This record gives sequence, C-alpha cells and structure tokens, in this order.
Amino acid sequence: MAGSTHASLSAKAPAAVPGARKGRRFSPWQEAWRRFRRHKMALFSAFALFLVVFGVLAGPFLWRVPINEIDFAAKLQGPSWAHPMGTDDLGQDLLSRLIYGGRISIAVGVAAMIVAIFVGMLVGALAGMASGGLDAALMWLTDLFLSLPQLPLLLLVIYLFREPVKGVLGVEGGAFILIVGVIGATRWMAAARLVRAQFLSLREKEFVEAARALGASRMRQVMMHILPNALGPVIVVATIDIAAAIIAESTLSFLGLGFPSDVPTWGSVLRDAKDYLDIAPHWALFPGGLIFITVLAINFIGDGLRDALDPRRVL
Amino acid sequence: MIPSLLGISVVLFTLLAMAPGDPFDELATNPAVPPEVRAALRLKFGLDDPVWMRYWHWLIALMHGDWGFSFVSRVDVSTLIMQRLPVTLVVIGASQVLAIAVALPVGVLAATRPYSLFDQIANTFAFIGFSLPTFFTGLVLILIFSIQLDWLPFVYRADIAATGWAFYWEHFKQSVMPVTVLGLFQGAALVRFVRSSVLDVIRLDYVTTARSKGIGERKVITRHVVRTALIPVVTLIALQMPIVFSGAVVTEQIFRVPGIGSLLISSMLANDTPVVMGVTFVSACLVVIFNLIADILYGWLDPRIAFR
Repeated sequence: MAGSTHASLSAKAPAAVPGARKGRRFSPWQEAWRRFRRHKMALFSAFALFLVVFGVLAGPFLWRVPINEIDFAAKLQGPSWAHPMGTDDLGQDLLSRLIYGGRISIAVGVAAMIVAIFVGMLVGALAGMASGGLDAALMWLTDLFLSLPQLPLLLLVIYLFREPVKGVLGVEGGAFILIVGVIGATRWMAAARLVRAQFLSLREKEFVEAARALGASRMRQVMMHILPNALGPVIVVATIDIAAAIIAESTLSFLGLGFPSDVPTWGSVLRDAKDYLDIAPHWALFPGGLIFITVLAINFIGDGLRDALDPRRVL
Repeated sequence: MIPSLLGISVVLFTLLAMAPGDPFDELATNPAVPPEVRAALRLKFGLDDPVWMRYWHWLIALMHGDWGFSFVSRVDVSTLIMQRLPVTLVVIGASQVLAIAVALPVGVLAATRPYSLFDQIANTFAFIGFSLPTFFTGLVLILIFSIQLDWLPFVYRADIAATGWAFYWEHFKQSVMPVTVLGLFQGAALVRFVRSSVLDVIRLDYVTTARSKGIGERKVITRHVVRTALIPVVTLIALQMPIVFSGAVVTEQIFRVPGIGSLLISSMLANDTPVVMGVTFVSACLVVIFNLIADILYGWLDPRIAFR
C-alpha cells in the first residue's frame, strides 16, 4: 500500500483506486454505509425489506389477478400454481389481495412516521431552543401524551371521527388520512424528547457559538448547524416508527376499526382469516408472516443504523 | 398525578366535544317533537353552555362516579367496568410476572457474557419477540395448541361448572395462552432493557471491589449488580404500561377474555359511546396510577433519590 505518497497517486488515478486504502477519507454517509455493512442482520434485513417493497410495488403489474374476483369453486384452497398463496372463503386470490394490502400498510407506515417525526422535531426543537416556560409546558405535554394509553385513544378518535372524515374525503382516502394522522399524533413523543436533548447539548457547542458570533440568525443556527447534527438518532427513531406504525395500522384493521372491511390490508385479511383457522391456516399465516417479516426487517435495519450513525462508536 | 389526570380528562373531553353528532339530532328529524321542546331539552342538559362550563359539569359527574348509562347493556357504565376490570388486571398482572420471570435471568446472563453466543441468540429472540404483533402470535398459538394439539381451549369462559381444584385447573388452562402472548411480547422488550442496565452497572468500581474482597461471582451478580441494575428497569416497566394495555385489548379480543379491552371493542362496534369514554378514561387512570407506583418504588429502591 502506497500510503505516504497518496497525494500524487490520487492525482494520477483519481477515484479509480478500489477498496479502502489506509488514510482514505470517507464522507460521513460513506462512513455510515461502511459501518452499516458490518451489521449482517441489518444488511440481510435491508435485502428482505427491499424484496417486500419491490414485490408490493411491482406486484400488480406482474400478477394481474383482480383482488375481488369471487370464485366459489376455488374457495379456501391452499397454495397452488393458480393461487400461490391460496384463496379465502369467497375464492378471492390471496396473493393479489396481500400485494394490495401491503401497499396500504407500508404507505400508512411511512406516512405516519413522517407525521410523527415532523411533529416530534417541531416540538423538540421549540422546547430545546426556547428554555424556560415554553420548554416546561411542551415537555409536560410530551409526558402527558406518553402516559396516555395509545391503542384505546387511537380507537376512540377513529370511533368518534370516522363518519365525518369519510364524508369529506371519501371512504378510502378518509380512512387513510385519519389513520395516518392519529397514529402520527400518538407517536411523536420519543422523537420530541430526543430532539430536545440533542438541541440542549448542541446549542452550547463551540461551532454553534461560532455561528452565533458570526451573526447567524436563530433560524439559520437551527437549520444549518444544529439540526443536521441532531439527525442521526432521529433517523433511527424514524425507522423504528415505521415498524410501529405498520403494527398499529394492522392492529386497527385486525380489530375491525381501520380501513373499511372491503379494503384488504394485511390486518383485515388476518381478521377475516381468524374464523377459518382450523380449515384454512394458510389464510392467516401469509398476512401474519408478511407483517412479521416487514416489521422484523425494519427493526433490524434500525438497529444497524443505530450502530452506523453513532460517530462515537468504534467498530 | 392529579395534573396528569386532569390533563387526560381535558384531552378526552376535547375529543368528545369536537366530535360531531348531537344527542338530540334524532329529535330534530322527528316531526312529533316541536322545536321549542328540543330547545328546552338542550337548555336542561346544558348543551348550549360555554365549553368550560360543560367540561366542569362533566368532570364533577365523573368524580361522583356518574359515568353514564350503557345503551346496549342497560346498566350503569361504572357497574359494567367494575365487572370487567378484575379479569383485565389479573391477565396484565400475570403476564407482567411472566415477562419479568423470563427477562430477568436471560437479560442478566446475556449481560454477564456480552457478545457471546448466548447473548446473540437472546438478542435475536428479543428482536423476533417484539416484532411479532400480539394478534399474530395469538393466532399462531391457537393454531398450534388448540387446533393441532388440542391441549388448551381458545375461548375464555367465565362460567366454569367445576369446583375445587378442577375449577382452578380450568381457569389456569384457559389463561395460559393470553398470558403467554402478552408476557412474551413484554419480556422481549424487557430483556434488552435488563441487559443494557446490567452492562452499565457491571463495570462500576464497587463491583470490582466486591470481587476483590473474594465474594463469589454468583453472589456478586445477584447481590451487588442486579439490585442496582433493577432500579431503572422498574421505571421502564411503568413506562411500558400504555403498551401493555394496547396488547391487552388485542389479546382479550382474540381469546374473548371478558375484560375491559374486549368491552371497549364490542362497545365501539355497537356505537355505545358512554362505555367507550368510560373504558378509555379507566385505562388512562390505570396507566397514571402505575406510573405513580413506579415513582414511589423508585424512591424506595434508590436511596440517592429524595422527594422534596
């Protein structure tokens, strides 16, 4: 390894040197990727999650069986070539129903995460920058939300507001907005506390003080200097939030209070299947397995990101 | 505790007040009821009062135990909840005991051998445990133990016609699956807490001191390390209570356990608003009470913390 002459070497062969030479500099994201790759389970999970997401997105173009084609001759069949995941009690094809449901579940998960993280970062940043009364009030609110029982509250809000929202936004759109909003509104607390803690320590650091001394406005200090440095742990929480939101949505659908019952989400397919557990176990095992694999993969990726994005950690 | 209970009551009342629907809507469409009667009824029940006054009346009624009347069951909401609450508390309590009984030894063993094979296996299983949604674990357990093996009943029955030991045995058999589902889900999250908490403590100087005094390793772990490491775990168990309640709702629904969780779902599907409000408030209160208990335990376990 030509370690000492790397200035001239890189001038002769720019960016063509493969592998990690000693002394080579990584950008923070390259460094994170290098660390992430070491976490075997996370790497494997990223691949599994990619398969699920790709299957769900590309599925309808490859598997063109309609989700609501009723065929009583083929009801409650196990997996076969005509129906790779079997059929339900109306003879509808489970594979196409699960592809459709996966789109909804993953979309709800991602959208609810964005809502939760946005609210959490807003509350956390406000509390972290404005010490004193506002900080105390916001943290009291956070603690209050943390001590609310989430599922009963989630169910209550959907129970009370299902009909009017449906009237304004349509059946499916209304359910989507309501579920995403409510899951987001009950899951922002972890992000808020994390962002506040990060802000409290970062805003006293020298580089922020330097920015302040140079006359950076408060907004600029936050957006250009503090927020980018607080982002690492927030990304980890955001990842895990997607998994939690997918579980929350599936739970709502499983209890019959999520999407309307004719929309096949993973949770509602599982709910329909639970009465036929003795004669058609495949009907329950496929959606349940998909929820499990997706959530497990996201949790492992979160764990891998935790290792990858913590600069203090030596690997 | 009082401020958080008040805060919860404000949240619930706001939701209720914001929700559309007027209890006298039906009367408006009924031609037999003149508008004056409707207005008089609204006045009598205070529906036209300012919001803060309605909240005050609602709060006073709540504190008097006047929680309304179930449309469906035709009994007081408080009676209904009191009938169902003990079952839920027993299921939650038993599952917490199971969770701690599993998580404590596994977490401590994993922390005393960090990055060993046992640690990695425990970690993987913990991940699997809290990634499995409770409703799926419940169905899988039913599939294996009720349908394939036919060992356990999958419907919880409150009216068991046996006496003596047989009565308790039947109760035990029908509680095994709900408690296992909830307990293992909790235990999986707890293993990681216990492990990291023990890892924090095990490197402290006083542990080295204890070892150098010649105390056996087993005694060092049980007497010196675990006792200190458990202090943060107590708080985490209390912080997990809202999640336990969510799990209890699902588990009760799957196994048809007659607790407040299944009461909540059935009254929602039957549009029984007073019961829905009552159950939500009770579960919120229970969470706050558990947090208070944890705070008190925390002060008692850790003499460094003083309440002033």
